[in-house]
Amino acid sequence: MSGAEEVGLVTPIREVFSENLALASGQTLAGFELITETYGQLNSQRSNAVLICHALSGNHHAAGRYNHSDPKPGWWDLHVGPGKAIDTNRFFVVSLNNIGGCDGSSGPNTMNPETQQPWGPNFPQVSVNDWVTTQAMLADRLGIDSWAAVVGGSLGGMQAIHWAVHYPERVRNCVALAAAPKLTAQNIAFNEIARQAILSDPDWLAGYYQQETVTPTRGLSLARMVGHLTYMSADGMSDRFGRDTREMPSDAINPGEMVFQVESYLRYQGKQFSTRFDANTYLLMTRALDRFDIAADFDDSLSDAMAATTCRMLITAFSSDWRFSPARSRELVDALLASGRPVSYAEIETDAGHDAFLLDEPRYTGLFTAWMQQVVI
Amino acid sequence: MRYDLTQIESWIPEGSRVLDLGCGDGAFLNRLQETRRVQGMGLELDPENLIAATQRGVDILQQDMDQGLSNFPESSFDIVILAHALQVLHRPDKVLQDMVRIGREAIVTFPNFGHWRCRLHLGLNGRMPVSKDLPYHWYNTPNIHFCTVKDFEALCSDLNIAIMDRDIVSGPVAALFKQWLPNLFGSTAIFRIRACD
Repeated sequence: MSGAEEVGLVTPIREVFSENLALASGQTLAGFELITETYGQLNSQRSNAVLICHALSGNHHAAGRYNHSDPKPGWWDLHVGPGKAIDTNRFFVVSLNNIGGCDGSSGPNTMNPETQQPWGPNFPQVSVNDWVTTQAMLADRLGIDSWAAVVGGSLGGMQAIHWAVHYPERVRNCVALAAAPKLTAQNIAFNEIARQAILSDPDWLAGYYQQETVTPTRGLSLARMVGHLTYMSADGMSDRFGRDTREMPSDAINPGEMVFQVESYLRYQGKQFSTRFDANTYLLMTRALDRFDIAADFDDSLSDAMAATTCRMLITAFSSDWRFSPARSRELVDALLASGRPVSYAEIETDAGHDAFLLDEPRYTGLFTAWMQQVVI
Repeated sequence: MRYDLTQIESWIPEGSRVLDLGCGDGAFLNRLQETRRVQGMGLELDPENLIAATQRGVDILQQDMDQGLSNFPESSFDIVILAHALQVLHRPDKVLQDMVRIGREAIVTFPNFGHWRCRLHLGLNGRMPVSKDLPYHWYNTPNIHFCTVKDFEALCSDLNIAIMDRDIVSGPVAALFKQWLPNLFGSTAIFRIRACD
């Protein structure tokens, strides 16, 4: 991608909310902050706003770069920008870091105003419901009565669905990519393994590691390795790594050792993640993911939940995604059909696994782009 | 526009909910949205067609009819269309039953294998017919379940499906004979059907 196709340089914006936030858990947050980014221009009718909801490890930085030497653009730069699926020439795009996150919004690594200590493990457990509530407060502040579209993949897709179900008057289009109405036991199990990896790290210190200026990097790293593995497919891994080996470099803890490429890759991914992500946030985000169940407020009837929607819906799954398999997306589709709601559904043929929604598969990009072009602003 | 589609269009009431099975690039559904103000949805498998239909603003579902249509509730559409796809299905009978369950009415079009050209080809050459309209050989054709007008009517009778309307497409000369001998002179059959009460 050349620079001309990117949104260019972006600057995060801090939004401070002083009002009390009643959380779904029953707890109250006495004020909170959201870190956000926006791309494109809000039109005079305020009708062209698109909300991006991030997944487990995402944040507000969806597109663009922070400076000219920034090596990497935002996490969804392939699909957010001029002429891309979420076309910033047409749309005013809002992206934020959810509360409980670790990239600037109120969360475990920010200060608890009451104690003047980092929240750490005492940050209240938040939910998809709470995230959507705060996103709606952000929309109010930006003067956006209804979103032209709410878009997200994975846990972000769950937020988009929650929007469509609980705020039908404020969502005109909903895009849920590689999502599910709720997690399966197997999916929760993977999250639990990741959490146990963190909890068993000696530097975890019951979550108070920040005060001791240590980080449970080994636990976080292992958690990410497990997670990352489940976001890839067996065929994709065979194609990419096969049984190739490499010699560890001299600055590694095991210089000269011959390892499989896949080992080296997973270690690298784990290490990178452990330096940028917060362990308390990882626990909180995976629990929010585990507990999400869009049908719970509708007597466990998914079709009743979908009957509450009024927007156009695009549901997309990826053939080799076994963490959020196509069958789970089809549950959403069938519930929409059962409630007489319109829906578009595609299963994209790919070996890229769950992470395919972040990538540029031509058929996915083509469909996503075509669908967004039909969004009326 | 193909003649069978013109005929289908004339049978679609204004504002109805239409499901088009095998909707291709969505052009026909898009036309119905404009001319008949229908609420349309299409079923399609081909990824390029999915994109093309989406570009037209048509809602599409990537779903294989051969895997069943049980996820569509009863009477959830006014009309279910199956245009020139009956002959590619593994179990046309099951799809027909689903069509009249899902739709209050269904419209089916198919190439009539009882047409005199097909009969002549098979009768004189002793080989499976290959023509401009049906350019495949027996071993590579996607058309695995050809039938004739009479076959289709017999199946409807077996499945307790009522035939509400029938139209037969033919060449200009054969048009003179098709009303008496549709199975001989019709090249394409168009049926409007529904479940028997």
